Amino acid sequence: MASKTIQRVVNNLKSNQFLFEQLVNRDFQKRYKRTALGMAWSVISPLMNLLVMMLVFSRLFGRNVNHYVIYLFSGNITMAYFRESTKNGMSSLMNNAGVISKINVPKYLFLLSQNVSALINYGLTIGIYFVFCVGDGITFTPKMLMLWYPIVCFVIMNIGIGMVLSALYVFFRDIQYLYDIFLTLLNYLSVIFYTIDSFPAKVQRLFLLNPVYANIKYWRTIVLDATVPSFSYHLLILFYALLFLGIGAFIYKKYNHRFVYYF
Amino acid sequence: MNVIECEDVSIRYITGDIKAIGLKEYVMRKLTHNFHVQEFWADRHVTFSLQRGDMLGIIGSNGAGKSTLLKAVTGIMIPTGGRIKTRGKIAALLELSSGFDAEMTVRENTYLRGAMLGYTREFLDAKYDEIIAFAELEEFQDYMFKQLSSGMKSRLAFSVACLVDPDILILDEVLSVGDGAFRKKSGDKMMEILSGGTTGVLVSHSIAQVRDLCNKVLWLDHGNQIAFTDEVELYCDAYEEFLSTKKLPKTQEEIYALAETHAVRTEQERAQRQEKQARQLEKILKKGTSESAVLAAIKILQKSHPEALAQEYRSPAEASK
Repeated sequence: MASKTIQRVVNNLKSNQFLFEQLVNRDFQKRYKRTALGMAWSVISPLMNLLVMMLVFSRLFGRNVNHYVIYLFSGNITMAYFRESTKNGMSSLMNNAGVISKINVPKYLFLLSQNVSALINYGLTIGIYFVFCVGDGITFTPKMLMLWYPIVCFVIMNIGIGMVLSALYVFFRDIQYLYDIFLTLLNYLSVIFYTIDSFPAKVQRLFLLNPVYANIKYWRTIVLDATVPSFSYHLLILFYALLFLGIGAFIYKKYNHRFVYYF
Repeated sequence: MNVIECEDVSIRYITGDIKAIGLKEYVMRKLTHNFHVQEFWADRHVTFSLQRGDMLGIIGSNGAGKSTLLKAVTGIMIPTGGRIKTRGKIAALLELSSGFDAEMTVRENTYLRGAMLGYTREFLDAKYDEIIAFAELEEFQDYMFKQLSSGMKSRLAFSVACLVDPDILILDEVLSVGDGAFRKKSGDKMMEILSGGTTGVLVSHSIAQVRDLCNKVLWLDHGNQIAFTDEVELYCDAYEEFLSTKKLPKTQEEIYALAETHAVRTEQERAQRQEKQARQLEKILKKGTSESAVLAAIKILQKSHPEALAQEYRSPAEASK
């Protein structure tokens, strides 16, 4: 059944490829073309964020960590992408309510197109990340090629979470405020600017319940420790990705025709 | 072969507390057992089928379930009961100008809307100029959509949806867009598409339009199907009579009776109008500096209706008796 659904989604994507391009194009136009600095903004804002955090935290936490800037940056870009992707995803159905209630188009296309622009931002910041890596004297190893794995898993997971949120947002409009609060909490729980080495091993493992942290840790293990995480760690990240995508797809399938009642 | 087949279709809306109460409120109301959902049947047991080239007019007063039925036909909603089968590509024009992006240009919106309706890039590239020309928006191509007047918006929407040959064309109150000239043009376009074998469904409050364009009529009232028929004139007469008396026909005889009264009433109205005109004319003749007015009248009659001068005068009301 699952393979059939995937087959249908792929077919849908093929036949709606042109529409998908147009939607991505629209998101891009609205975001970049009509602002003075254009795409530069998506690079400037994470850099500013990084700068402030560096100034504030490097004294506090930076002494015990090698390459603290990279340590910080790894967490920062991941969290920034997570925030952007899920928040944009959340509003993707509501923002297109006018279309969805008038024209019969696959609803997830709106979500996916939102994700594309978030993903491109993510790609840009990853580029800058590696520039910083060079500047900070990180040795580049072939192991870094494995970074495709957490990126792909993270993209899938974010799409899944975006699906869940966009559906919830249709039913409960106050989700957006609740989710903002949640994001702030998550930001502190994701071990972005501090370390958890001083916690006992059991507690450290508890942190892995947070999928965002799991992803950040993968990055740090590869880039800072130059080791590839264990096989079970790979499974964990994949599990998170498939779990959320599964939940999201289930909700979309189940409520596909009910969204209209709530617009 | 049936292009659209609706079998015993019922559609239920849920309303009440579900909308915009938010998660916190939802949880609270669930806990205090204060959460109420109401059901609302927009359509009940609607059955009809259309063949290729048919044009169906859906009539009924506001809230009769017309638009909801159309949404079900296009696949935006699924019927709660019964089933709908459609064959071929559907182009639907439901409340036109919604769903466009106000912040984008006319050109971008044309492509976006075209893509949503399932056209390909090649097709749009080839047809773009034609679409813009039909909508008469040549000078506005790079304007933001929000800068257009509402008439222009609907014209664009109509043009994008119509410059293709869909198998099924669905129109919800859209033939009344734009100024008179455009209305005529869009009506002609519609006829052209229909003569090419497209099946059409039209919702309109203009009965004259339904009479002109449709060969079948579906009459809905508060979600109930009053009639599905190809006796367009008869049922349009009855419907118009219903609109003025608000009495719903229950049997075939009542339909005939309604249509009959309608015919009588329109005849009376026509007679009254003529009478009025005649009286106005008389007044003018009497008032006119008598000699010249009468001479002018005689002159006109000599030219256009010479036989009338020989007749004895009877007012139109008398004549119709």
